[in-house]
Amino acid sequence: MSAAASMRTRAPLMQARSVTRSYGGNIGCRDVSFTLYPGEVIGIVGESGSGKSTLLACLSGRLEPDSGVISYDMRGRGFVDIQTLSEPERRMLMRTDWGMVHQNPRDGLRMAVSAGGNVGERLMAVGARHYGDIRGEAQNWLAKVEIDLERIDDKPRTFSGGMQQRLQIARNLVTTPRLVFMDEPTGGLDVSVQARLLDLLRGLVRELGIAVIVVTHDLAVVRLLADRLMVMRRGEVVEHGLTDQVLDDPHHPYTQLLVSSVLQA
Amino acid sequence: MADPITVSALSKTFTLHNQGGIRLPVFSDLSLRVAAGECVCLHGPSGAGKSTLLRSLYANYKADGGDIIVMHRGAPIDLVSAEPWRIIEARRETIGYVSQFLRVIPRVPALDIVAEPARAIGVSADAARGKARGLLTRLRIPERLWSLAPATFSGGEQQRVNIARGFIVDYPVLLLDEPTASLDAENRRTVIALIQEAKARGAAVVGIFHDAEVRDAVADRLFEVESFQGRAA
Repeated sequence: MSAAASMRTRAPLMQARSVTRSYGGNIGCRDVSFTLYPGEVIGIVGESGSGKSTLLACLSGRLEPDSGVISYDMRGRGFVDIQTLSEPERRMLMRTDWGMVHQNPRDGLRMAVSAGGNVGERLMAVGARHYGDIRGEAQNWLAKVEIDLERIDDKPRTFSGGMQQRLQIARNLVTTPRLVFMDEPTGGLDVSVQARLLDLLRGLVRELGIAVIVVTHDLAVVRLLADRLMVMRRGEVVEHGLTDQVLDDPHHPYTQLLVSSVLQA
Repeated sequence: MADPITVSALSKTFTLHNQGGIRLPVFSDLSLRVAAGECVCLHGPSGAGKSTLLRSLYANYKADGGDIIVMHRGAPIDLVSAEPWRIIEARRETIGYVSQFLRVIPRVPALDIVAEPARAIGVSADAARGKARGLLTRLRIPERLWSLAPATFSGGEQQRVNIARGFIVDYPVLLLDEPTASLDAENRRTVIALIQEAKARGAAVVGIFHDAEVRDAVADRLFEVESFQGRAA
């Protein structure tokens, strides 16, 4: 419902205009523009090398585009070109109002810190100081992502891949960000574990009304999660629109090939 | 008050780029108006474009030209040109769609699958589940199945869960793709009753009904999609 309510106000959350980034002579992404509204989930699909991860890195401020503008509606400040943020400002944004779910949980977790600590650390970044509150909130989030509370003091390196990924999600969502970036969130997981994670993500995203930009090569992931889809090939967005429309009635030759190449189980 | 659905000059051609760029014209210059409380049955042989039209009315397929005006929150929106978020909003509140097959979501129990569209428009969890129970009971889904994910249900049971999900919100526009295809006589009559109730509260219904009993019971008129074939460029 929160997603429904927030989409009624039509002010965008993020706008990308002609974002371009190349590596040497090679194209990363070229001339990508879109508008993201609060509570909206956008999927970006394409094969390896299509530029989708480069685009995600630019959008999340981890990589500087060669040209183009990415502006974000910052709490209390209005629209800000994210390139103009100082490094501390950008890191603060990343720790509070944004989240980043990496394909490999090791890139998003602190492996030497307990599960509870991994979640609590983000809370402390937004000013929480009371130990009991932090631990209580960490427990609350571990329960939401279906991690046994008896494991709260264990280090994530003792967790299975699926548990690590769920912990990474709890760590990101605990500060109730308005925008979460996800890079192949189900990528390294067994199929049975993928379904559970997807269902969990879908529920949390809807319940909290978070906007998400999710990069994946798995069309089933975007079918379940994304309102809208962008199809990338050789650095360019070749087709975009409603997720089910793009998947069920693809227009671009590449999208048609992509959709028809999926094996039916 | 404008009609809930007004389609004009609609055209649709599929272009299969990876099969030699072959073009399959489905219909062109198609017009259709559906009044509140009216049920239009899309009619014609297999391949006539009935499903393509129905899917276009849900914006699941993208028409090439023309417009599909649906009254949403008292104002017209054109599903052919509207922004995705507007279409999602219209689907949530205005346009219900019962597909032929349930798209199963892993781990989500049947009761919650049915309740979800009501929750999405702000109905409380209790009220939504109450309504879901009522529909599942009417559609004869045994209570022991309600807490299970429908992946293991029979085709007929899945279809009835799908129907319950489609009728839990009183949508002003209802699109039905062979809703009774795999149902027995008793459940078919329940679906007929649900459609008649929707019409009585003023819903505009467009459906594909191969079953003559259902068609005769609910349809006010037949619409021949085939007569708009062959005019595509």
